[in-house]
Amino acid sequence: MLEARMKVWRGDKNGGAFKEYKVPVETGMVVLDAMHYIQREIEPDLAVRWNCKAAKCGSCSAEVNGRPSLMCKTRMEGFAQQGQEIMVEPIQAFPIIKDLVTDVSWNYEVNKRIQPFTPKPDADWIIYQEDIERVQEFRKCIECFLCQDVCHVIRDSNRKDAFIGPRFMVRVASLEMHPLDTGDRLKFLKERGGAGYCNITKCCTEVCPEDIHITDNAIIPLKERIVDEYYDPIARFFKHVFVKK
Amino acid sequence: MSNYETREHDVLVVGAGGAGLRAAIEAASKGLRVALVCKSLLGKAHTVMAEGGIAAAMATVDSRDGWQTHFRDTMIGGKYLNNWRMAQLHAQEAPECVTELERWGAVFDRTHDGKILQRAFGGHTYKRLCHVGDRTGLELIRTLQDKGVHSGIDVYMECTISKLLKDEDRIAGAFGYFREDGRYILFRAKAVVLATGGVGKAFLVTSNSWEYTADGHALAYDAGADLIDMEFVQFHPTGMVAPTGVRGILVTEAVRGEGGILRNSLGERFMWKYLPEALKNDYAADEAEAKLWVEDTLSGKLRTDHRRPPELSTRDNVARAIYQEVKAGRGSPSGGVFLDISYQPADRVKKKLPSMYHQFKDLADVDITKVPMEVGPTMHYIMGGIRVDADTAESRVPGLFAAGECSGGMHGANRLGGNSLSDLIVFGRRAGRGAATYASNLGTLPRISDAEVNDAIDELEAPLKRSEGPNPYHVQKKMYEITGECFSIFREEGDLTKGLRLMEELKEEIKRVRGPGGKAYNPGWHLCRDLRNLAIAAEAIGRSALSRRESRGAHSRLDYTETDEKLGHENTSIFRGPDGSMHLEKTPLPEMPAELKEILKKKEVAHA
Repeated sequence: MLEARMKVWRGDKNGGAFKEYKVPVETGMVVLDAMHYIQREIEPDLAVRWNCKAAKCGSCSAEVNGRPSLMCKTRMEGFAQQGQEIMVEPIQAFPIIKDLVTDVSWNYEVNKRIQPFTPKPDADWIIYQEDIERVQEFRKCIECFLCQDVCHVIRDSNRKDAFIGPRFMVRVASLEMHPLDTGDRLKFLKERGGAGYCNITKCCTEVCPEDIHITDNAIIPLKERIVDEYYDPIARFFKHVFVKK
Repeated sequence: MSNYETREHDVLVVGAGGAGLRAAIEAASKGLRVALVCKSLLGKAHTVMAEGGIAAAMATVDSRDGWQTHFRDTMIGGKYLNNWRMAQLHAQEAPECVTELERWGAVFDRTHDGKILQRAFGGHTYKRLCHVGDRTGLELIRTLQDKGVHSGIDVYMECTISKLLKDEDRIAGAFGYFREDGRYILFRAKAVVLATGGVGKAFLVTSNSWEYTADGHALAYDAGADLIDMEFVQFHPTGMVAPTGVRGILVTEAVRGEGGILRNSLGERFMWKYLPEALKNDYAADEAEAKLWVEDTLSGKLRTDHRRPPELSTRDNVARAIYQEVKAGRGSPSGGVFLDISYQPADRVKKKLPSMYHQFKDLADVDITKVPMEVGPTMHYIMGGIRVDADTAESRVPGLFAAGECSGGMHGANRLGGNSLSDLIVFGRRAGRGAATYASNLGTLPRISDAEVNDAIDELEAPLKRSEGPNPYHVQKKMYEITGECFSIFREEGDLTKGLRLMEELKEEIKRVRGPGGKAYNPGWHLCRDLRNLAIAAEAIGRSALSRRESRGAHSRLDYTETDEKLGHENTSIFRGPDGSMHLEKTPLPEMPAELKEILKKKEVAHA
């Protein structure tokens, strides 16, 4: 049977190192299966966060050979057949708890700061499919936080104090573009949300396991709205004259 | 003795899937201090895996639908063993609960005229499942999560409850640990709502996630509640069968709802052979009629006068059919059968079943728009659970409430697809309300004895302190062998008795398991406790299955193949006896009122 050489990061907030394991590879096996093999047969205290094992819950984010991935979707055969070593380490943008598990609680704090869905009080709730396609794209997000992991502002500059990150740009977009929502989150985005920090490198879009066009469909349109609202005098004039608030 | 922190709340909700979140939101809306505890991060609960939709007689697609028909379908699906009051409340309240979700921001797929779109599903007379592609569960949980975080609920993430605590006979709180670092926490509360989901991890081939370790079932059982209908375990007919690494992962029933066809290795469309005689007239007579139904569905026609394809029979029936086809040597190369949607336009398949398309492409290198899928039965759901009052969701332990999969009665002998998400929001809401009312009427927080807390700590620490003992993962594997061989889709007395005997040995082994390592995020240690809970569920399933000498719904006996009319009037009830061992008794079903009996008798139900 094919055998994979794996290097898995073991440690905690005080430090750690890669540890080597040999894992037999079955057809269709994914990296998460290999972690389970290690737990079952070698070291039961290997910490891994996972739930559905079907790419629907976004729990098992990690970096496999440097690429931010869902372990439940990352196949083993490719690596193993080429005799390649498989390195598994925790996502880098968040503090380590243990082994592959990181403290992502900051994301939950950010979410609380976003104004919730605020529908028109007198809405008739007739909504057409074509008007919600975009919002439905954003709502596919499984909160794996891989986009947060690769965001330069969060990962390299560690400016969690300044920018909410791609995940929550998508969340705000899903609310702002809901046809019946009346909330206004642009001031929040411009100021506390730090939308200006994003310089559109599209790294977030590249790693999204749900194929959400984060940059093109969420971030850029929101940036444009901020510009229209705060920096474009003509648009502002028309808005104030013709649009009933 | 180890330290622990103490938190005080009016209502403690255990589990943050659809039912738990909905219960917490409801209790918080009454102005109470609410704690929501979940084993995972918020928003990751097993509810995210629900794909097909939420069953609710909104009649947006087919105006003939109404609560009476939904009630009738649910009772027929449950082989009349359901708690009639739960089935009634569920059918009546599901539409308003769906509307409520929409008001909170859920974005359902729409009809041409801008209403919530509904799709067909097994056992439902009309198109009834409100959905968002094939990721309805995610939509439900995200909507409730975002509502919940603005409702003033205290959320305790990655926290496992190991024991319920009582003051005399009433609930007084719960004890548990944080997964992150193993520190202990005592919750003092006036009322506790269990919403912990199911027991799937007692089985090897299952669509359930690691969290499904029967926690609520076991916590309630230990606290003196009774579990009913535990013999009824639903095997979803379509799980992935290949490659081995993904065996058991769910293939949504929506594939069949959208026209997916089941065939054996001979190319035979076998489901017609397995339709129950009494219900044959509800299904298309032949390929031609089934094709017309699919064409109507594809064209977006709101209402079709053609009867549905045989693949949309109830889950118990389709699962048995597939099992028998494979057993008879007509299976696919990997030991399943073929499910084909590739005859439809590729774009449509990708639009209506996007996560199925990706699941097969990513995990199995199969393009479902080009070739058929291979599928087979996978353990999916347990109908049995904590017996509760239909209106308040309270168990027989004062102050202990339950909702969702860990509760019993709603689905009888077999659950219809789509009825679980609606169950979560209808009875989550009722449990939250019931718990809030109970807590408001209770003056002060009940007392908790130090001795009980110390016992809870000792129980948790024992596996850490052992210098030797079996590996919990290997013990779990043994449990898989027992449940797979003896408590599975077809049962008979010899196997069940053998399984129960093996469970006795396994229980002894579980008492000796060792979780090496420290208390910080140590899955091996966590599993030591989970095994105990799973063993309670597995034993309850085995005992209940042995006691029901008939075949009904999801419970199929090879030695009693017929349904016995007389046994349709009693539930199997499991509880812990004074000696600490598992006891079983038969309890009569509550008497159904005449007006509901009338609904069941009628072929066509007229809705006002």
